[in-house]
Amino acid sequence: MVQYFRNIYESIFTVLIGMGVTFKHLFRPAVTLQYPREKKELPKGSRQQLFVNIDDCIGCLQCARACPVSCITIETVKAEADEDLGETSNGKKIRMHLPRFDIDMAKCCYCADCVPPCPTECIYMIPDYEFSTYDRKDLIFKFSNLSSEKTKELEEREKAKKQMG
Amino acid sequence: MEPIIQLGYDLLPILNDLPEWIAITAIALSAAIILLIFIAVFALFAIWLERKVSAHMQDRLGPMEVGGWHGWLQTIADALKLLGKEDIIPTNADKILFKFAPILVFAATVAVFAAIPWDSGLVPADLNIGLLYILAISSLIVIAIMMGGWASNNKWSLYGAMRGAAQMISYEIPIALSLIVVNMSTGAFNMSELVRQQEGTILDWMFLRFFPFGFIAFIIYFVASLAEVNRTPFDLPEAESELVGGFHTEYTGMRFAMFFLAEFANMFVVAAIAVTAFLGGWLPPFQFLDFIPGPLWFFGKALFLVFVQMWLRWTLPRLRVDQLMYTCWKVLTPFSFAVLMIVALWMII
Repeated sequence: MVQYFRNIYESIFTVLIGMGVTFKHLFRPAVTLQYPREKKELPKGSRQQLFVNIDDCIGCLQCARACPVSCITIETVKAEADEDLGETSNGKKIRMHLPRFDIDMAKCCYCADCVPPCPTECIYMIPDYEFSTYDRKDLIFKFSNLSSEKTKELEEREKAKKQMG
Repeated sequence: MEPIIQLGYDLLPILNDLPEWIAITAIALSAAIILLIFIAVFALFAIWLERKVSAHMQDRLGPMEVGGWHGWLQTIADALKLLGKEDIIPTNADKILFKFAPILVFAATVAVFAAIPWDSGLVPADLNIGLLYILAISSLIVIAIMMGGWASNNKWSLYGAMRGAAQMISYEIPIALSLIVVNMSTGAFNMSELVRQQEGTILDWMFLRFFPFGFIAFIIYFVASLAEVNRTPFDLPEAESELVGGFHTEYTGMRFAMFFLAEFANMFVVAAIAVTAFLGGWLPPFQFLDFIPGPLWFFGKALFLVFVQMWLRWTLPRLRVDQLMYTCWKVLTPFSFAVLMIVALWMII
């Protein structure tokens, strides 16, 4: 009999405690982030979209070799002896034309293994993770800044060289 | 009904030229339509409120996008979506009963609204046995739930319906017993008379009379009414996590919406009965607050009780079936009997 009344007392008491807890939470600010409008700053060094500063690239192909999934495709054309392609920002001479520098972000596994080998530190990850597309082909990011005429010209030059050789 | 008919004549003087039976039918129909609109709007609002309250109690935000300010259009958008859904009737279902069940649930809910007193004189039907009428009509919901669960020809639905029937019939006993306390004290079954007997200050309201027995009766009524409308912690008939959806598992589109609408309208109904019987209906707690109109007091009190129902729902987990029956038969029923006896003795002395 005592147990019966204690049960009732305890159930009422504990329900009131629970209601107190939920009431306190009712006025606590929500933890939700309204995502597309509010964004969380991701921690430094988080792996996101790959980016190539093509002006600094010397076409050494180290990043393409380091890539475990072969998502980086680079085509290079050697500069002529009398051609001056300028220098990178850390003083290396550029000796290659880069008609193609593609990174397939659909294949990329975000290991960031391509970042340390780069001698000019021109390939790195930028804080952008919103690049979803409707077509997988749109995930191939093209970084080469040569115009199509220039590319064609370089191609013809190469062909001519091969025939000569 | 008479004051409402008078109000109708005052608002539309043209009705005086028509024969009486047409005028009265027109007034009654428009009153019914106004109530129906009120029920639909209230249910949509209550669903939105429930989602917001539950979200904030869990430190979330709830609907925020549709309609701009705190997603106020969300439930309207959901209702429109339900209207456009395909109406599926299972092949092996009992088609007539399956179609009839949601209509019966909704009709019983709307019929209860006929006897709810909003203000002195503002009662759609001022029955002299209003309380008994409400208790009787709201019991139809049990039949409708049983009907829907049986006609679906689905084990989850049948389990839900059987649980619902067992639970609602059991909990009607403490509800009736705690309301008899009110009847004994006021000597009335008429809903507006119940309120008129509580006139005065807040101390004259039923839940503070015979202190603390009026309050115990109020708590018993409130807990039992939660079970009556299948709210957590007594939501076994539709327990999502174990019975998929209970008696409305097989329902789609508008038929499902009817069940849902009726559930939220029923929350208001039980709150309104509690307000009428225990919390002084349309009366203000103190005389100097008289300037606020009665319907607002009534609606405010009922809305507060609806909020408490939501509050409890998002605080407590669901009971087991044996705990549910224990609570009803071994706690609420004996206590309501005891309160009834004590109040009867108190009145004699």
